[in-house]
Amino acid sequence: MSLPKPDDIQSILATDCGSTTTKAILIERRGAEYRLIVRGEAPTTVEAPFEDVTRGVLNAIMEVEELAGRKLLDGEKILSPQKGTEGVDLYISTSSAGGGLQMMVSGVVKSMTGESAQRAALGAGAIVMDVIASNDGRLPHEKIKRIRQLRPDMILLSGGVDGGTTSHVAEMAELLAAADPKARLGAGYELPVIYAGNKDARSIVEERLASKTALVVTDNLRPVLERENLSPARDKIHDLFMEHVMAHAPGYKKLMTWSPVPIMPTPGAVGLIMETIARDEKINVLGVDIGGATTDVFSVFQGIFNRTVSANLGMSYSVSNVLAEAGLPNILRWVPFEISEPDLRNRIKNKMIRPTTIPQTLEELVIEQAIAREALRLAFEQHKMLAVGLKGVQQERTISDTFEQTGSGATLVRLDHLDLLVGSGGVLSHAPRRAQSALMMLDAFLPEHVTELAVDSIFMMPQLGVLSTVHPAAAKHVFEKDCLIRLGASVAPVGPCKDGVTALKASLEFQDGRKEEVSVPFGYLKLIPVPDGQTVKAVLRPDRGLDVGEGKGKERTVSLRGGVVGVIFDCRGRQPFVLPQDRTQRITKLAEWNEALDIYPVLARV
Amino acid sequence: MAHSYTPGLKVARFTLLRRERKLPLAGDVLVTVGQKVEAETCVARTELPGNVQTVNAANILGVLPEDVPDCLVKPIGSALKKGEAFAESKSFFGLFKSKCAAPVDSTLESISTVTGQAILREPPIPVEVDAYVDGTVVEVHPGQGVTVETRGSFIQGIFGVGGETVGTLHVCVDGAGDVLTEAKIGDNVRGKILVGGSHVSTKVLRVAIQKGAKAVVVGGFDDQDLREFLGYDLGVAITGSEEKGITLVVTEGFGEIPMAGRTFELLKQCEGKKASVSGATQIRAGVLRPEIVVPQEAASVSGTDGDGGHAGLELGSVIRVIREPFFGRLGKVVSLPPELMALETEAKVRVLEVDFGNGSKTLLPRANVEMIES
Repeated sequence: MSLPKPDDIQSILATDCGSTTTKAILIERRGAEYRLIVRGEAPTTVEAPFEDVTRGVLNAIMEVEELAGRKLLDGEKILSPQKGTEGVDLYISTSSAGGGLQMMVSGVVKSMTGESAQRAALGAGAIVMDVIASNDGRLPHEKIKRIRQLRPDMILLSGGVDGGTTSHVAEMAELLAAADPKARLGAGYELPVIYAGNKDARSIVEERLASKTALVVTDNLRPVLERENLSPARDKIHDLFMEHVMAHAPGYKKLMTWSPVPIMPTPGAVGLIMETIARDEKINVLGVDIGGATTDVFSVFQGIFNRTVSANLGMSYSVSNVLAEAGLPNILRWVPFEISEPDLRNRIKNKMIRPTTIPQTLEELVIEQAIAREALRLAFEQHKMLAVGLKGVQQERTISDTFEQTGSGATLVRLDHLDLLVGSGGVLSHAPRRAQSALMMLDAFLPEHVTELAVDSIFMMPQLGVLSTVHPAAAKHVFEKDCLIRLGASVAPVGPCKDGVTALKASLEFQDGRKEEVSVPFGYLKLIPVPDGQTVKAVLRPDRGLDVGEGKGKERTVSLRGGVVGVIFDCRGRQPFVLPQDRTQRITKLAEWNEALDIYPVLARV
Repeated sequence: MAHSYTPGLKVARFTLLRRERKLPLAGDVLVTVGQKVEAETCVARTELPGNVQTVNAANILGVLPEDVPDCLVKPIGSALKKGEAFAESKSFFGLFKSKCAAPVDSTLESISTVTGQAILREPPIPVEVDAYVDGTVVEVHPGQGVTVETRGSFIQGIFGVGGETVGTLHVCVDGAGDVLTEAKIGDNVRGKILVGGSHVSTKVLRVAIQKGAKAVVVGGFDDQDLREFLGYDLGVAITGSEEKGITLVVTEGFGEIPMAGRTFELLKQCEGKKASVSGATQIRAGVLRPEIVVPQEAASVSGTDGDGGHAGLELGSVIRVIREPFFGRLGKVVSLPPELMALETEAKVRVLEVDFGNGSKTLLPRANVEMIES
């Protein structure tokens, strides 16, 4: 299939090969815009007995054929270009099957080139298994042992600024050579190693690693201390992902011939669509995808994209790790009824050993959503720690002159500057009531001032990410019309106040001319229904100690976007957000909040 | 999707099993195709390259990295004893000498003229792989290992702790619903695999370890006990490498849950026989469940295995509920409505109706039941 001109594309078929499910979507041009027509899915077939990813892809496409009522396949071949109602003009795919892209990265100083290398790998869609650095506190033999234990798909070696000392880079290369690491998928090929460090050390690195690994050299990802240059390393990661990792995964060689566009790692593609939206709308975006095993967080603040993956925070395979990392009290604080600790622990472990089960009772759903809050919170904490300005220097990364300077190494993720928060993954996308997703996101991320909330309806951001590289307009149409479900705006005043004191007064003017005065006491939530597609003009007047974006006690006039939930006034406090310590008071408070947003059919056990 | 139920765990009275026994690195295979082996027979052996130690020779000798090779008193590739010097700095008028010694018994592998580091490799670590089950070698994977085939009874657990072990099966309780208590563990359990009923505690596990038992197979275990037993909160279900002095196989789940009747009866029938047990569990792509293998002849076990259980859910299928509120209960499928139905949570999912034996019908999500497989 050759790449057609964007104007000639009438239909697009896109698949995402996940670890367990392969999802296919069909997009068609309807008049001036592109829309999602149907979605099909089938189990992924990377593992035995099939060991051929294309099987699952064909099955998913067959489901699309049935649902759309049109022929897309000719035997085991995608019909292209579209002729009449048969075939499609473009086929694209992403993949995270077989555990995705697993990388080990290395730098000289952990918090400098080590962190830059980590950001490059994560941004390309990889899971970073470990960061090895000269100053990571481990003795050389411990590092070698660790490198030998890991079986990454690829290694990114960085270190040093151009023209700087070469000895530390040589040391890292020697450690790698001594460890003689093996690739994860089969011992039949050499492990790809990307060198993106001090250019003066290239010959030293080549001398040590060229004979033992498939070494590729690219531009330094930190040419000077004050600047990161992650794109060349990211591009090389994508190239090698295709050439080595994908080419060794069962069936991918065939799949690669079906599409004129390279297959991308799923999270890398999600990152692309987030970057595109943030750039086009000139907004700051935070996105989260909570899966069974991992949770990915993406952010674009002031044009800078960051992605992290919390490899062991998830809702099924990793659910027990959420308990281990968050601790039981943190999960219990979101449960509005009494439950014994041993009982809850056993329930969580039973979910871990039987990951495909679903909550049948309301009580089980409430517990699952409590765990989700903590998984999201922890993943977000990890994201904030990595999405930081360059350490040791003034922040000056890409479009530095357009944003204010912060302290060295300060997080770029500013909740008070966040415009759009997008949630995705089963527990958020498939919550029985959309208000449940909204409250989970509010509780986990604690967005400040005015933020819009949305969920990805069926997790098609990966396919749209790849599509944005060849047809940005189509990707944008589908993203806005079919992918995003707008939940509504949240208004959260920041600052301390006394419970029950009026925290916020708002004068609302609806599109139909209706006016309403709203008053929300501190410690409370209030929902104002504003349908999707409509906005409400609001004059926000916070209490003198509280800030809604203009300063403490300052009035702000803002247009609030509606959604399937509505506009949520969240006056429960930010910086700090505090839940009552007393168990009875806490349960009462949670029940009040749940009732305010009409979260559950009946309040469980209250 | 078509199969929205969990296939369930295997419990087979008599089956053919093959187990691949492979080395982590290439090595020597010690047995041949057709050879009868016992579980304890070593089938393949290799040597893992030793750990690497680095010594900053340039620093110790007080010379530039590029001068380190000139200071060597032992050539590259030399075998060194602990404390043995392999480099000396050229002293000033011979008055002061700095020596660089090997921190462990090792071989001098290389010297870097950029960093001045000496790389020393410790002696290789021998690794052996045993047959794990009594059986016959049916395939040799040259340089890697073998496939051993055996016939006998086979039981999969849901979760385990600890690695492979071999012992004699010993049933400690009267019924599948009995808790395995301290009093039920006699003094004659050394080298045995103990079969309990519905529950065991860490305290009782420790008694079993003390008395020399090799493994415990039981219906349920509490997570709080697991934490106490392991010494940490288990985050991700990847087990098998724990060295706790015993292997634990849980057949049903967390909590006090009677062992499935068929599992208990089969284990009872196999009492006194040699069994191979593994606690290794991995619940991710490429699922690995703990297991009990009892190699024996078909005539030794009575009863039938049913139809194989792979046909999928159908009317009359026997299922077990694997999530609250009916967790652990067995029932028969009485209807399979094709349409999505709303649960108490308001989620619309595929469901089935089950009779728990009392004649009344209970609606359950298909995702929350498992087939009782054979």
